[in-house]
Amino acid sequence: MPLTDRFFCQFLAGLLTLFLMGCATIPEGQVRSKADPWEALNRNVYVFNTNLDDYVVRPLTKVYEFAVPEIVRSRFSNVFANVGDVFTAVQQLLQGKPKTALDDLIRVFVNTTIGLGGIFDVATEAGLEKHKEDFGQTFGVWGIPSGPYVVLPILGPSSLRDAFGWVADLNTDILINQIDNVPVRNIVSGVRIVDQRLKYLNASGLLAGVAFDQYSFVRDAYLQRRRFLIYDGEPPLIDDYDAQNNRMQYPGEEKRMR
Amino acid sequence: MSSLSVLKSSALKSIVISQCGRLLIALALSFSYFLWPNVQAQTQAIDATPDGLIQAIVNDVMTIVKTDKEIQAGNINRVITLVDQKIMPFANLQRTTQLAMGRNWSKATPEQQNQIAIEFKLLLIRTYAGALTQIKDQTVQYRPFKAAPEDTDVVVRTQVLNKGEPIQIDYRLEKTSNGWRVYDINVLGAWLIEAYRNQFNNQISQNGIDGLIKFLQERNRQLSKAK
Repeated sequence: MPLTDRFFCQFLAGLLTLFLMGCATIPEGQVRSKADPWEALNRNVYVFNTNLDDYVVRPLTKVYEFAVPEIVRSRFSNVFANVGDVFTAVQQLLQGKPKTALDDLIRVFVNTTIGLGGIFDVATEAGLEKHKEDFGQTFGVWGIPSGPYVVLPILGPSSLRDAFGWVADLNTDILINQIDNVPVRNIVSGVRIVDQRLKYLNASGLLAGVAFDQYSFVRDAYLQRRRFLIYDGEPPLIDDYDAQNNRMQYPGEEKRMR
Repeated sequence: MSSLSVLKSSALKSIVISQCGRLLIALALSFSYFLWPNVQAQTQAIDATPDGLIQAIVNDVMTIVKTDKEIQAGNINRVITLVDQKIMPFANLQRTTQLAMGRNWSKATPEQQNQIAIEFKLLLIRTYAGALTQIKDQTVQYRPFKAAPEDTDVVVRTQVLNKGEPIQIDYRLEKTSNGWRVYDINVLGAWLIEAYRNQFNNQISQNGIDGLIKFLQERNRQLSKAK
């Protein structure tokens, strides 16, 4: 495997330290969300992820932001996005949207040719809108309910459905599966993570201000956003908020009637 | 003389920029604008249609934020003034707070309700003002607006274009006797009211209504100290 035994042990010890640093419990007197039956465990993983972000991912992201000029960084972003568009096009097909799939393939064609292999995102500048789809969304479109909310270690907010979706995403990931050279693949994956984190670098501060309780705020926003994405940005509106009190976020709630 | 030619050239520019088919309308509009520099009549009609209101606010705020050097430098107080002047007159945050609190709203006395709404509004302005200072070269696109003339509760969909994926921002408005008012906003797929329902509910079930007010006051105090 890519990691040597010694490094692997240190890595595990580091993760364990981060995990033990925080032990979270459900705040006393809090109303339990029906979408989150595994809240006690989730809260612990959430604290672990926050520590991992504070001590590892965010510092690395800041180094990356400092060391690599923006003009180079955006080339990387564009290449990742271009490869992502191929994946998205496949998802659009699986979701029964051949027209959008074609739009996404046109984006790939334009960016790969005129955009010199994807380093320039000329398609967006030409008004071809970017989309992003994943297996979790595709499963949702197929009518699979989100299931309980899950906070995955390292990866963050998810749901049972989206966790399976993520495994499928990883197994079909173009960059991971097409790069055979292990060090290159690890570096590419690392840059991709940092590139993604950089986009939300300012969000952490915002979250600390807006949320009364960060864990539940992130959870509720995540569940809402996934539902929104499954409906391609136009989910049914809530008409009567009071009738929605303590409503179930699952099961079957996200089933798409079309 | 020179100021007249500046006026003329800006009028010309606006004509060139506007879509070709609307040349005459643009001409007529720019004429009427110069004839009646007092735009009072325009501001009264600004909230006559929901999509028109959102476009007017967004254009106004974007133009100011992009050109104001102090806002670009991160002067939060200046952003707060801008939000108060340009956005708040057309927002109904009392309703936002009421819906976010759900059935707890009726458990609060009118004074408490008022206090919560004021503190919540302050919290939202303080936290989101920072985001406005990040506006640099973004542009806003308005998605097709669908509503029947008799509708009193509508959604105006927009998206912010920057590098990479567009950010969808939607506004929910209600028709009042004074015109259309925004009472909910959706950023990246999450409606504000829905996102805050558990937040309010938890805080109240833990510490009661007074506890919630204290919590909000304390949070706002910290936020104002931070910047």
